[in-house]
Amino acid sequence: MARPPIDEALLIERYGPHLKYEPPGGWQSEAENPAENLVRTHCCFCGQQCGIQLKVRDNQVIGFEPWEEFPFNRGMLCPKGVKRYMQSSHPDRLLSPLMRDATGFRNSTWDEALSFTATKLRDLQQRYGRDAVAVYGGASLTTEKTYLLGKFARVALGTRHIDYNGRLCMVSAGTAYKLVFGVDRSPNPWSDIPLADVIILAGSNTAECSPITTDYIWRFRDRGGKLIVMDPRMTPITRNADLFLPVRPGTDLAVLLAMMHVIVRDGLQDREFINRHTAGFDAVAESVKPWDPVTAARISGVPPEAIEKAARWFASAERGFALHARGLEHHSKGVENVLALINICVATGNIGREGAGCVMITGQGNGQGGREHGQKCDQLPGQRSIADPEARQHVAKVWGIEPDEIPQAGYTAVEIMEAIHRGEIKGLLSICFNPLVSLPDANFTREALEKLEFFGVIDFFMSETASHADVVLAGSLHEEEEGVSANVEGRVIHIQQAVTPPGDARLDSQILCDLARHLGRGQYFDFREPREIFNELREASRGGPADYFGITYEKIDRQLGVFWPCPSEDHPGTPRLFEESRFFHADGKARFQVTEYRESGDPVDNEYPIYLTTGRVISQYLSGTQTRRIGALVDQYPEPRIEIHPRLAKEHGIEDEDWVTVTTRRSDVTLRAMVVRTIRPDTVFIPYHWGGSKSANRLTHRTLDPRSKIPEYKVSACKIRKSQPPPSLE
Amino acid sequence: MQNTQITTTTESRIGPYGFFIDPSRCIGCEACVNACAECETHRGYPMIHVDFIDRQKSTATVPTVCMHCDRPTCAEVCPADAIKKTADGVVQSSLKTRCIACSNCVLACPFGIPKMKSELEQMMKCDMCYDRTSAGKRPMCATVCPSQALAYVPLDEIRRTRREKPVNVFYFGKEKVTTKVFMMTPAEADAIPVDIADFMWEPEL
Repeated sequence: MARPPIDEALLIERYGPHLKYEPPGGWQSEAENPAENLVRTHCCFCGQQCGIQLKVRDNQVIGFEPWEEFPFNRGMLCPKGVKRYMQSSHPDRLLSPLMRDATGFRNSTWDEALSFTATKLRDLQQRYGRDAVAVYGGASLTTEKTYLLGKFARVALGTRHIDYNGRLCMVSAGTAYKLVFGVDRSPNPWSDIPLADVIILAGSNTAECSPITTDYIWRFRDRGGKLIVMDPRMTPITRNADLFLPVRPGTDLAVLLAMMHVIVRDGLQDREFINRHTAGFDAVAESVKPWDPVTAARISGVPPEAIEKAARWFASAERGFALHARGLEHHSKGVENVLALINICVATGNIGREGAGCVMITGQGNGQGGREHGQKCDQLPGQRSIADPEARQHVAKVWGIEPDEIPQAGYTAVEIMEAIHRGEIKGLLSICFNPLVSLPDANFTREALEKLEFFGVIDFFMSETASHADVVLAGSLHEEEEGVSANVEGRVIHIQQAVTPPGDARLDSQILCDLARHLGRGQYFDFREPREIFNELREASRGGPADYFGITYEKIDRQLGVFWPCPSEDHPGTPRLFEESRFFHADGKARFQVTEYRESGDPVDNEYPIYLTTGRVISQYLSGTQTRRIGALVDQYPEPRIEIHPRLAKEHGIEDEDWVTVTTRRSDVTLRAMVVRTIRPDTVFIPYHWGGSKSANRLTHRTLDPRSKIPEYKVSACKIRKSQPPPSLE
Repeated sequence: MQNTQITTTTESRIGPYGFFIDPSRCIGCEACVNACAECETHRGYPMIHVDFIDRQKSTATVPTVCMHCDRPTCAEVCPADAIKKTADGVVQSSLKTRCIACSNCVLACPFGIPKMKSELEQMMKCDMCYDRTSAGKRPMCATVCPSQALAYVPLDEIRRTRREKPVNVFYFGKEKVTTKVFMMTPAEADAIPVDIADFMWEPEL
């Protein structure tokens, strides 16, 4: 039922991606008709959330001007930020609700589309039970939208199944930080980075995925800091590393356990800090005994001397600082990987001080704020557990319902798709999520989407996933709806409405409120503007770990951001957590966590002897729904290519630009080779921003971390062969 | 850049702000090129570029902007006297009314900066965002550069904060060229391994 109604070529002809190269009216139009307004807002592409000023004329975004006063990026932008304004006034933009018919999709009225959606969802729930429908959210939405979506799923639909694409991003880090510190936020502001003495950067292609952080790290080096980088690829940040650890995919934990082994063996830990402020160190010290550096070297391919040196540098530093990203976290032991790294920080007393600590580099635009207020399957607003009776009581009161009416935790993002595939979930409403490109094992995702009895999508462009929908509700871009997001530091910032949605497109929040009315639950969704949603969110988060009660739009504008927790209006916010060495657990102590090494979920063998790892490129963002429509960004990296070391390439007779087929236990993909000696010879890399035949996620597998439920994007077993151009190009 | 020898000058000849290039900071993101194309005087056309030195061997990249020579060779060899330097030392694109599109400047520039825009029949090049810098704003490229490989800051600030040092004297053989734009000299190193295999541990067979 939910197959695309027309073939791919016709879909592309109608809905793109088409490339937009010029602002509205052409390059010269601004000279004749200058901007009327300069709107101070933020970039939508990644968790750095850089400040930017959008130039507006005639309700169109026509250009940008750097915003040098905003303290995080001080005017700096990456190419995505520079070209960010090109997503506005785009020819592919959906301008009215669409309903599937025999010829594809036809325009409809809002009333028809919303009535149809509500009727279908209710019908499925009456026939199969309330949990037969699920909701997908996204971490590029404003925090108001994510809050509203969580409430919508639980109050308007009454389903327990709501989860979001941050499940593919920050959950391993979040789970680990909660276990050790009792709260899920980077403890240090970015201004601490240049003040460190030694930095370990684990699994972060900083230059391409969080470009502004590069300047923070270069400033740290200017002060004489030593940079340790751990990655299977020498990404651009590695060119100035003082120590490079070329870890084999899936073996980071071995290196980190061996670093702790060296620290314990040589007595480099901070005994006073451990005794006064932590619990559980002895068990960790015992557990790393077998992990001498030579053992770790055999597994990881990192020299034992380098492991020794990394441990000694970090433990001896007055101020040690760890940054990590998806390279460490996209594993079936992603939580363990992060735990092992923050164990090292806590054991050496590197936490809660200026220039000393550990941070996670958020990937998605609102990756931080988007996981705090209720679109995670197991959380209520304020980063509260949905299983906690007190939290349920508090939130139910704010929502005006009984605590028992709030469903318990549901499935996570990949588990929802699996439940659809096996027929347990029959209907799906999705916003800001393109699972056909972003979930692992894309052929499985496609099969699942085709089984849905009803599929509704809220989006501004026709994504690969949206083309499977029965109804596509034309929503709003980042610059079209006011709200807040939280950047990589936990700094809550103000997203301004620069323009109103074009045509018949509507604000996302308005769509959700209207849909709630069509479902007969309008009394709980009587919001006229985002500010009213934010004010309810403040109450709902009050007293929780992510306490927003003291944050207002005006205060954000005045302070250029407010770091949560901010419990009262006279509270300035909390840039650095744990300053009194007091952690968020009831006893105030940080809790060390023992971690056990295990194989990845898709191990290499004789048939599939090579590691496949995936990631991003600088000019594209996530599943590419927006950035694959911006000409300059596409020109910069037009097609995915397979990075292969010359040694491996030679074994297979492959030269640069040759077509290569990569095969895993799921599927195969044929792309051009990029022969570079910056990747391990036992590993190949493919960026994941594309769909269809170019989709790296056709190759990846659905093994999840048992606690965070993050997929293992960073390790699959594969084989490669020199190939012919794919059939579509012949 | 061919065999370029770099030394330091002690003179400080520019106003409060200087323009600095540090290739060792460059991450090849091309934010500068994209931002350059947003400049009002040449919107849609970037006037600078980023070179990927040899991507097969390394991620090293270099952003290239006009060095704004004190005695610009491009202007000296121009038969139409179309290239002018402002009083504050910025070498401009050719004057449209004078330029005869002969490409002398393109061939003569020691840094390989000017580009002949054949569709416009005019040489155009980086003018340090003169519309912005002359009005007290920073150039687009150096404002957005996320690694600050391109920086527009006071000279004393860069001397105080960076570990590399700014130089603006270049020798091309015997020819000495001094420039308004500074190059940051790379940190010293005995050897720079560039193959990942140099870092790896493998058991001996």
